[in-house]
Amino acid sequence: MRVLWTSLIFAALLALLAVGLSLNPREVPSPLIGKPAPPFELPLLGSPDKTFSQKDMLGKVWILNVWASWCPPCLVEHPVITELAKTVSTVGLNYKDAREDALPWLKRNGDPYQLSVYDAAGRIAIDYGVYGVPETYVIDRGGVIRYKHVGPLTPEIVRKKVQPLVAELSK
Amino acid sequence: MIARLLLLAVLLASLRAVASEDPALDKRVSALASELRCLVCQNQTLADSNAPLAVDLRNQIREQLKAGASEREVTDYMVARYGDFVLYRPPFKATTVLLWAGPFLFLVLGGFVMYRRITKRAVPEPRLSEADRERAAKLLE
Repeated sequence: MRVLWTSLIFAALLALLAVGLSLNPREVPSPLIGKPAPPFELPLLGSPDKTFSQKDMLGKVWILNVWASWCPPCLVEHPVITELAKTVSTVGLNYKDAREDALPWLKRNGDPYQLSVYDAAGRIAIDYGVYGVPETYVIDRGGVIRYKHVGPLTPEIVRKKVQPLVAELSK
Repeated sequence: MIARLLLLAVLLASLRAVASEDPALDKRVSALASELRCLVCQNQTLADSNAPLAVDLRNQIREQLKAGASEREVTDYMVARYGDFVLYRPPFKATTVLLWAGPFLFLVLGGFVMYRRITKRAVPEPRLSEADRERAAKLLE
């Protein structure tokens, strides 16, 4: 009886630890899911005299991808974003970068974005709760954030989460 | 060596000069920043961390307090963006009940187990038969 209890408690503890250790502490649930995308009006990375606002995308399902030329994981993610951007409008948010670094980066690695906005001070990124570039948001036709991913997108996440969601929202 | 120490002293003095422009505001900023978690280095407060985002968020706190926002308003601003996770003292609500009540639950549980074991272990007083008692009395004489 006693052995049974001890091993039961031990098994429960083991299960608790197994679950706890397999969680990723960097994945902080975003309070922005289901909320309207925070408003902004930022200059374009390529042409500083033009601006872009999240309102310009109303009526479309689109992806906002936060990136920077100083961010190695962004380079890792780049082929995945490039592939994804072929099927859904993708806007880049260039985060705390310098134009003279960001533009050559796009030239070197290819520019998958419909356009990139330039958030040099990172103010708009704070409104989006960005804390680890790259970050990716899926925004629906009504301008509501439906999904957020922190860290580089992988082909698996795109296939299992992003694409099904985009397909459903586009119906 | 002495030159370095002097340099350090000068640097520290200049830091202090920058910091004490508005000591009351500084105090409020650092008090609030030490209640908020840095999202980049998660075991540090915003006050302790030197990650670029922490610096930006400290500046946000300063700007907003300077503009007349209350501590509560700034905290709400952070929670709206980063969730309850930024709070070093998370609020007591349905999803955090276990977090707050858990330790007390375990304390009660542990106390109960301990109580059971102690009472179980208590050995009943050995009963002596009349003959044993007489023998003992003889031995003790």
